[in-house]
Amino acid sequence: MNPISMADLLPLVPESFLLGSVCVLLLADLFLSQSQRAVTHWLAIAVLLLTAALVCRVNGDDSLAGSAFGGMFVNDGVAAISKIFMLITTALVFVYAKPYLIPRKLFQGEFYTLILFAVLGMMFLASAGNTLTAYLGLELLALPSYALVALDRDNPRSSEAAIKYFVLGAMASGMLLYGISMIYGATGSLDFASIRGALVSNVPHPGLQTFGLVFIVIGIAFKFGAAPFHMWVPDVYQGAPTPVTMFIGSAPKIAAFALAYRLLEDALAPLFNDWSGMLAVLALLSLVIGNLVALAQTNLKRMLAYSTISHVGFLLLGFIAGTAEGYAAALFYAISYAITATASFGLIVFMSRAGFEAEEIDDFRGLNQRNGWYALLVLLVMASLAGVPLFVGFLAKLQVLKAAVGSGMLPLALIAGVFAVIGAFYYLRVIKVVYFDQPLPSTQLVMPADLPFRIALSVNCLALVALGIFGGPLMSWCLRAVTGG
Amino acid sequence: MSQALPLSQYLLSSLIWLPILGAIATLVFGHADRQRARWIALLAALLTFALSIPLYLGYAADVEGMQFVEKHVWIGALNVYYHLGVDGISVALIALTTFTTVLVLIGAWNAIEEKVHQYVACFLLLEALMIGVFCARDALLFYVFFEAMLIPMFIIIGIWGGPRRVYATIKFFLFTFFGSIFMLIGLIYLYNETGSFDLDYLARYPLSMTQQFWLFFSFLIAFAVKVPMFPVHTWLPDAHVEAPTGGSVILAAIMLKIGGYGFLRFSLPITPDASHELAWLVIALSLIAVVYIGFVALVQEDMKKLIAYSSISHMGFVTLGAFVSLELARDLGFGDAARLALQGSMVQMISHGFISAAMFSCVGVVYDRMHSRMIKDYGGVANTMPWFAAFMVFFAMANVGLPGTSGFVGEFMVILASFQASPLVAATAAITLIVGAAYTLWLVKRVLFGAVANHHVAELTDINRREAIVLGGFALATLLVGLWPAPLIDLMDTSVQEVVKQLMRVKV
Repeated sequence: MNPISMADLLPLVPESFLLGSVCVLLLADLFLSQSQRAVTHWLAIAVLLLTAALVCRVNGDDSLAGSAFGGMFVNDGVAAISKIFMLITTALVFVYAKPYLIPRKLFQGEFYTLILFAVLGMMFLASAGNTLTAYLGLELLALPSYALVALDRDNPRSSEAAIKYFVLGAMASGMLLYGISMIYGATGSLDFASIRGALVSNVPHPGLQTFGLVFIVIGIAFKFGAAPFHMWVPDVYQGAPTPVTMFIGSAPKIAAFALAYRLLEDALAPLFNDWSGMLAVLALLSLVIGNLVALAQTNLKRMLAYSTISHVGFLLLGFIAGTAEGYAAALFYAISYAITATASFGLIVFMSRAGFEAEEIDDFRGLNQRNGWYALLVLLVMASLAGVPLFVGFLAKLQVLKAAVGSGMLPLALIAGVFAVIGAFYYLRVIKVVYFDQPLPSTQLVMPADLPFRIALSVNCLALVALGIFGGPLMSWCLRAVTGG
Repeated sequence: MSQALPLSQYLLSSLIWLPILGAIATLVFGHADRQRARWIALLAALLTFALSIPLYLGYAADVEGMQFVEKHVWIGALNVYYHLGVDGISVALIALTTFTTVLVLIGAWNAIEEKVHQYVACFLLLEALMIGVFCARDALLFYVFFEAMLIPMFIIIGIWGGPRRVYATIKFFLFTFFGSIFMLIGLIYLYNETGSFDLDYLARYPLSMTQQFWLFFSFLIAFAVKVPMFPVHTWLPDAHVEAPTGGSVILAAIMLKIGGYGFLRFSLPITPDASHELAWLVIALSLIAVVYIGFVALVQEDMKKLIAYSSISHMGFVTLGAFVSLELARDLGFGDAARLALQGSMVQMISHGFISAAMFSCVGVVYDRMHSRMIKDYGGVANTMPWFAAFMVFFAMANVGLPGTSGFVGEFMVILASFQASPLVAATAAITLIVGAAYTLWLVKRVLFGAVANHHVAELTDINRREAIVLGGFALATLLVGLWPAPLIDLMDTSVQEVVKQLMRVKV
């Protein structure tokens, strides 16, 4: 074993900074009274943004590119872009969470420290160069998430969701670990590059490696929430407090992309023919189940959960292509979806107030009569989710469809297109409720007084249009990250 | 001229972005004050209309190819360009768009009292996107404008529409969205083959028959829904009936034209051989639209529905002309007849734009007073509204295709051209002259003439100055194109000849 050098440590500066800061925050929070809790809030946001700046700095330095700690930790373009957007969306989650947490007496330091630890896990996941790093990152993401779902511990729905999430999540981790052990048995290595090399040069145990692959794909599908491993998604989305749903629905999608990219492309690319077929089935099922079941939902959080499943179906189309363009398309999809998801849950927070959860679609009735601006924001988010041009959702869908068509999966692309139309219906229904219906007398709109919240939400939603029109640079960035150029 | 004006370099962009800025301005400054919102919107629409005058004057009608071209990289990773350019066909349709939008805003002046700023902003956005469709020289840019148009129209029908507006507007959105998704996948396929979305490049790129065949169908679904052609027309009567007057006008006058325009820009140049092989299909569907939908119009009891069906029937001539030209040019070698057919279908688009807009505006005028679109609630309106009756009779005549109105020119050209391809087709299409006269004149008889039907009709007041401007504007345009179509035909002639060349090009 080589001694640890500066060359190993420098690429880890952002992670180290985040780890140190979380520990400080964890301790400092103990000494803050409830009235001073806002300090934790702002410190947490500052930590995220500083970490993002450090990621940019590390990524900008070419001498730090490559791998560290003997290949355990990879510092490349995909890692950098994933981390930056994970950090930004999580910062948005914090901004949106505050007006929700305070009246519900959930405004505690744990919310922040748990999420920050989860972010740390995601960052390691994005940089994983070894199955062990990937697994550790995944667990560091998963464990705080389980606790977060149960944050509102007196709410039986939350607790139930947390147990479900934990049991299914632990099983998924087990599957993944089992798959990894089989691949280790087949190739004799845990390192991605060595696994890939071993799979290319010789086929030691065809049965064993295929079995391992199946378990790994199942683990990835669980984490993505792809059908038929999506059972936890609707319950967790609906049961968790809205800010936690917002977190689980946004940044971890980018992490799931990173996990899939590292495992399938970096390590198991030689088995492309095997896993692309599996992913095609998963994508198809996700598109069908996600879109069709979402049609029947009246609860907005549950509808968004099924909508996530359908979006995962689209995202997987990028993987099926197995080309650099395909991965770049999937990365773009994950990023744009994460940004859109924060905005959509931000709007739910906006409509909620003390003692009232704006979870039902009908709670949005007649929003346009009361506030034209926020009605417009709902329109932007829903149009983007539906994939209407001029919104980022369209560019994302365009790229994955292009990847699918390019790899000869024309029928799959056609099916995806048809389901995009079916999916448009339930997004339109939300726009319909907001614009065409009369407000219910029982619901009133209380504007959250929090100015940062309102600014962030508006900027977030307008970013969907801005990225839809000027998304070219982000697309090129994704492509460069994947090709390593 | 195009060099003399510094503006001309960005003329098309200005035409697109000015209404968008106007829409933002109405949303920001108009939400507290309805009157201010109306004036800002009208100002923006008038400025846009004014900008389309240098476009018309600066356009050199005898020069081939695109003019006022702007080309910038939009999405580098996908080789997509913000590529704008116009030929005679586009100039005519842009002028139609800017003209109609002004009249629509004037027409809705007092008819809409709720959320006025959002209403006018939607129309300005729609105008911008429609102009974008007519300028786009990049297939993906075209698609973006084509699809983005759905959102403002969805809102217009959904908020200010009639009782079944939600059903109608969702149906409208999903039909069009469904149609265009196939076009998108077709375009992606083309991009994977050619590496470009550039329409000029795609028009020259050789494609095998199988490829053309599938691409043809992907375009056909998208544009057939938009035109709309039988049997995917069912969204249109619903959308028209439920839409507010302004929405119906824009829908009939311009949005339907985008379908016809799409055939000319996509199907004919990109898949000429498949279009030729399958021309019989489109011709048959067009004839069904012309004749069968005409009969359907005959039995309608709702004025707007009647005019909606009449629109579908008249749009049948557009698709008929476009695809008869293929048979003429390729099978029979009648280049001039093909040109005539295409010109006829273009003139029909413009003319139907004015006439259907005017007819819907007429219904809007009485609807604002009576709040009913049912024919049975009217009768003897001419007694109380003589000026209105004069206008409506005039537009009805134009709708029938009376010589001297624009309605005559386009239909006559198409029938004349198709006679050379097949007398049977021409004879079938000519049935519309009888059926069209029947449903239109019967409508006029039941609504305008006879004794005053009830005390509501007796209390009607004649059109005011604002309504006179709207109807007068459309009447003037209808007469102008009808009596002196030469400038319009000359404007488009070179471009139409280019289309003939494109459809002659064997790509296989």
